[in-house]
Amino acid sequence: MTIFGVPTQALFGQLLIGLINGAFYAMLSLGLAVIFGLLNIINFSHGALYMVGAFCAWFLLQYAGVGYWWSLLLAPLAVGAVGILIERTMLARLYKLDHLYGLLLTFGLALIIQGVFTNYFGSSGLPYQLPDEFAGAFNLGFMFLPKYRAWVIAASLVVCLGTWYVIERTKLGSYLRAGTENPALVQAFGINVPRMITLTYGFGVALAALAGVMAAPIYSVNPQMGANLIIVVFAVVVIGGMGSILGSIVTGFGLGLIEGLTKVFYPEASNTVIFVIMAIVLLIKPAGLFGRAR
Amino acid sequence: MATANTPPARARATTLDRGTAIAFVVMVLLFAVAPMFVYPVFLMNVLCMALFACAFNLLIGFGGLLSFGHAMFLGMAGYVSAHAAKVWGLPAEAAIALGTATAAGLGIVSGLLAIRRQGIYFAMTTLALAQMVYFFCLQAPFTHGEDGIQAVPRGRLFALLDLNNVWVLYYVVLAIFVGGFLLIYRTVHSPFGQVLKAIRENEPRAISLGYAADRYKLLAFVLSATLAGLAGATKALVFQLASLTDVHWSTSGEVVLMTLLGGMGTIFGPVVGALVIVGLQNYLAPFGQWVTVITGAIFVVCVLAFRRGIVGELAAWWKRRRPRQRPLSS
Repeated sequence: MTIFGVPTQALFGQLLIGLINGAFYAMLSLGLAVIFGLLNIINFSHGALYMVGAFCAWFLLQYAGVGYWWSLLLAPLAVGAVGILIERTMLARLYKLDHLYGLLLTFGLALIIQGVFTNYFGSSGLPYQLPDEFAGAFNLGFMFLPKYRAWVIAASLVVCLGTWYVIERTKLGSYLRAGTENPALVQAFGINVPRMITLTYGFGVALAALAGVMAAPIYSVNPQMGANLIIVVFAVVVIGGMGSILGSIVTGFGLGLIEGLTKVFYPEASNTVIFVIMAIVLLIKPAGLFGRAR
Repeated sequence: MATANTPPARARATTLDRGTAIAFVVMVLLFAVAPMFVYPVFLMNVLCMALFACAFNLLIGFGGLLSFGHAMFLGMAGYVSAHAAKVWGLPAEAAIALGTATAAGLGIVSGLLAIRRQGIYFAMTTLALAQMVYFFCLQAPFTHGEDGIQAVPRGRLFALLDLNNVWVLYYVVLAIFVGGFLLIYRTVHSPFGQVLKAIRENEPRAISLGYAADRYKLLAFVLSATLAGLAGATKALVFQLASLTDVHWSTSGEVVLMTLLGGMGTIFGPVVGALVIVGLQNYLAPFGQWVTVITGAIFVVCVLAFRRGIVGELAAWWKRRRPRQRPLSS
C-alpha cells in the first residue's frame, strides 16, 4: 500500500518519529514559555538541563539501581533543585538589567554543564536500558507502534495539558498569570513574588529534566543531546510566539509532525524545514502564530 | 553628511579625541611589531577574530541588537572565498571580495527577517537562521561537509604581493583589520551612528522624530555582516581552510564572549576580548573540553560582576580619577 508513492509503513513510521520529536519540542518550549512569562529570561541552559535530566536517570540506574519510574520523579526534582539554586544565586541578580544578560548568563551555564559532562563521558552516547514493561509493540493494523513510544506521546500530552490546566484554570495559575502582567501589583496584594519566580524557574527546568528522562531510552544519553535540540526549540518558540501556553504545545507537536513528513518526501530539507517555516512566519506574522506583541 | 543635524557627532568625528587617537596608534604599533615576538599565524587569527568581534560590536554595542548567529557570515564568506580561490582559481583580492559580498547578501536577507522582532526574539531568530546556514553548509556539495575546503591557495594580492610569504600576509591582514576598524570607528561617530544609538536608547522616540528605525537597523546589520564576512574571507586564506567550525553556533557564542569580555560598546574592547579569548584557546588547547568550561565560566563571571568588560572598566576607572585632578588644573 502506498500514499503519494511512499509506502505507508515508512510514512507512518516517520510520522511517529515526528510526533515523538514534537512531544519533546512541546515540553521544552512549554518550559521556556513558562519561564519567559514570569522571568523575562530565555533560558539557554534549557537544553543542557534536559541532558542533565537524562544523565540523572542513567546515574540512578547505573549506580543506585533505581529504575525508570523512580527516575521520572527523582531526576526532575534533582534538576529542579539545581535550577532553584541557579535562580537564587545568579539569575536573581539580573532582573533589573537588560533581559539579554539573562540569555548570556544561561548560555555560559550551558557551556559549563556541557563541557563538564563531555569531559567525563566523551561525546559518544551511553545506552539506557528500556524498562521491561515497554518491550514489544501494539499492532494497529496499518503499523506497529512500539509501546514505549506510545507512552512518551501520551505522557507528554498529559504533562503539557496538565501544565496548561494549572496555569489557565487554577488559583495558583492565576497568581502566575497576574505576576506575568504586573509583578509589583501582585506583590502589593501580599503574594511572595520572588518565591513564585524561583519556583517557576525550578518547575520549568524540572520539565526539561522530565523530557530528558523520557528521551533517555529513545536517544542514547550523551552530553551534546541538548545543544542542537535547544536551537530547534528556539525556532519553535519564535514560530509559536510565547504568548500562550496552548500555543506552544500545538506548535511543538505540529512542527514535529511537519519535520517527520519532510523526512519522507524531501529528506534533504528535514534539518532545515523548521527554520524555513520560521522565516515564513516572521514574514507573515512577526509576533508568531499565537503571540502577542510585547 | 555635513548637512545632517547632529553637531556633537560632527565635532567628535572630525577631531578624533586625543586619548582614542593615542590608543589607536599604540594598538597599530603593537600589532606591527608583535610578529617579531609572537607566532604570526596566531596573531593573524587574533586580527581576524578582532575584526569579527568589532563588526559584532557595531551591532550590539551601538545598535543594541544581540545577534546570536554571526558565525553564519564569518563561515559562509570563508567557504565562498575558499571555493573561489581553489576551484575557480580567482586571485586573492577577488576571492576575498566575493566572500565579503556573499556575507553582505546573506546579511540583507537575514537582516530583513530578524529585524522584524526585537530583543530576545531577535537573538533567537538570528541563532535559528545561522543554524539553517550551518545545515546548508553541512549538506551542500561544494563545502565538502565535515572535511571542509582544504589546501586553499593564497596566491598573490593584486598580482604583486606574494601571500605565501608569512610576513607579507601578516601585514596585509593587519591592513585589512585596520581598514575595517577605522570604518567601524567612522560609522559609530557619524550621524548615522548617533541615530543608531538614539534608536537603541528609545526606539519609539526616534521613530517619532522621523527616523525610519528599521532602515537604520537593517543598514547596521548589513554593515556588520559585511565586515564579519571580510574577517571570515581573510581567515580562510590565512589558514588555507574553510570548515564547519566557523559556521557553528559555538563560534557565534565566542564572538559574543569576546565583545562582552572586552567591553560592549567600547571601540577597543572587542580587540582586547579577541586577544584574550584566542590566546586562551591557543594555550589551553591541551586541556580539551575544559576550554569550553572555562569559556562558560568567563561568560558567567562577566555577566554577574564585570558587565562593562575590560576596556569598559578601565575607562570607568579613568573617569573616576579625572575629576579629582580637575580642581588642581583649573
